[in-house]
Amino acid sequence: METLQTILREPIITTVLLALIPLVFLLIYALVTLYGEMKMAAHIQNRLAYMENGWHGTLQPIADMLKLLQKEDIIPTAADKFLFILAPYLVFMGTYASFAVVPFSSVFIGSNIDLGIFYLVAASSLVVVGLLMSGWASNNKWSLFGALRSAAQIVSYEIPGVLAILGVVMVLGTMNMQTMTQLQDGGIHNWLILGGNFPLGQKLALLPFMFLLFVIYLLSSMAEVNRTPFDLPEAESELVQGYNTEYSGMKFAIFYLAEYANLFLVSAVVVVMFFGGWTSPFGEFMSGPVWGSFWFVLKGMFFVFLNIWLRWTLPRLRVDQLMYVSWKVLTPFALFCIIAIGYIMVM
Amino acid sequence: MTAFTTYFNDIYRAVSSAMIGMKITIKQMVSPTVTLQYPHVKKQMPDRVRNRLYMNFDDCIGCELCAKACPVDCIDIEVMKAPPTESLGETSTGQKKRIYVTKFDIDIAKCCYCGLCVFPCPTECLKMTDVYEFSEYDRTNLIYNFGTMSPVEIETAKLKVKQYDEEQTAKKAAAAAQAAAAKAAAAAAPVPAAAPTAPTPVAPPAAQTAPAQPANQEPPTTQL
Ligand code: SF4
Ligand code: SF4
Repeated sequence: METLQTILREPIITTVLLALIPLVFLLIYALVTLYGEMKMAAHIQNRLAYMENGWHGTLQPIADMLKLLQKEDIIPTAADKFLFILAPYLVFMGTYASFAVVPFSSVFIGSNIDLGIFYLVAASSLVVVGLLMSGWASNNKWSLFGALRSAAQIVSYEIPGVLAILGVVMVLGTMNMQTMTQLQDGGIHNWLILGGNFPLGQKLALLPFMFLLFVIYLLSSMAEVNRTPFDLPEAESELVQGYNTEYSGMKFAIFYLAEYANLFLVSAVVVVMFFGGWTSPFGEFMSGPVWGSFWFVLKGMFFVFLNIWLRWTLPRLRVDQLMYVSWKVLTPFALFCIIAIGYIMVM
Repeated sequence: MTAFTTYFNDIYRAVSSAMIGMKITIKQMVSPTVTLQYPHVKKQMPDRVRNRLYMNFDDCIGCELCAKACPVDCIDIEVMKAPPTESLGETSTGQKKRIYVTKFDIDIAKCCYCGLCVFPCPTECLKMTDVYEFSEYDRTNLIYNFGTMSPVEIETAKLKVKQYDEEQTAKKAAAAAQAAAAKAAAAAAPVPAAAPTAPTPVAPPAAQTAPAQPANQEPPTTQL
């Protein structure tokens, strides 16, 4: 027991254990979301989805996972082996590294750095490198097309996304995600989507711009996680499966996990920026570290749900439409919002 | 200015149509599904549905009408005329069976469920049932052998038929010998005037009709 305690007090061990907490969360979350997405997709299409394993097929995600784990891991002969193997891990790493600055609760945040959201944007950009790498290494035209599209898409959507983040940073005056959350503490009326914790006039003036920024960020984040209607990199009807066409078994599972992790990450950013992170909507009621993580996950899951809902509603955009939305609609609107917010904050 | 309005119009249309779409999908999501959990729940088939063929071999009289009606030739029948002395029993409709059906196979894999074999059957022994789950791992299992005669039975039947045939030929030979003897006796008779009424000319007309059968309707004079 004593040795265990001394081991646990060792800073390296604690760091590793703390770093693993989001991973455990992500694995459970991925299984739940996998099930939820299949069920939602099915019910939207008036089907039933999994019904056989367990009650209403609840054990199916576990069966799927076991299948992926024991599947043969095929590496194409003509592939660039090193990059091929590295790519999925890089993709997941980029996403997972971003979780370091996500405040799950008032007491749990991997790294409470002042550059929080800036670091998050930088680290999640690593995903593009991974995707390009996988497309290139697969030595397959579909994969390469998928990867190129994905790079073009993510790079162009990062601009309105980052501009939206900039608007929020201008309002809150901090890039530290924990501080961002604390500034919105005190109840639903203090959340940034409702104008934030400001005097009434400023609050009302901020409200429409916050809503616009929220929509802009939501759309660009959806594009960044490569999900319908922005799933051109994976466009099944044209590109088989895009950049992960050649992947199978465990590597494919990691791509999948990274996609879901990314989905939660952008939802978490939305929650932290506009919906008060882990703060309770009822002020003091039901607040505290444990409730905090509950609220955080609940809000995050709501945006995951929204994402899935949109995915099964809208058809895929064309490449030119995709670029149009990013450069001609989202970016000018984000710039406009930033200018307006600048005036409001100065006044 | 028009470009300006189209720009905002486009945005408005995109947002509103997305909203409409989302409203529709969420409505669909909460509305009950109509999926039938197939292996557990089965749909009630309508009456007179045409699926797997059922054949009641006991009623078959071996007329081969079904095999002739089938457009894809999936009914394979082999028959053998039974000697009249043999009693094969009766069908449930009261018809006497006169023919051994030594083989009655239906290749259900070829069957197109047209039901054309059902109607010509005089004893109504073919029927289309509502069974539709009969997949097999081996294609040969889809050839249904409805015939109930065992190889031994077939052999004995063949023997019987052979015996009967032999008896018949023996009888015929005997009859022919008798006839020949009678003819010879008649020819040897010293009264030629009585010959035309004698029974001997009976054989020649019979011999004449036999070759006449294949000839068509045309008068024999033109043929010659
Ligand atoms: S149902 Fe049609 S295809 Fe099938 S055996 Fe009868 S006649 Fe032939
Ligand atoms: S038509 Fe009926 S009786 Fe005739 S061979 Fe076919 S099944 Fe038998």
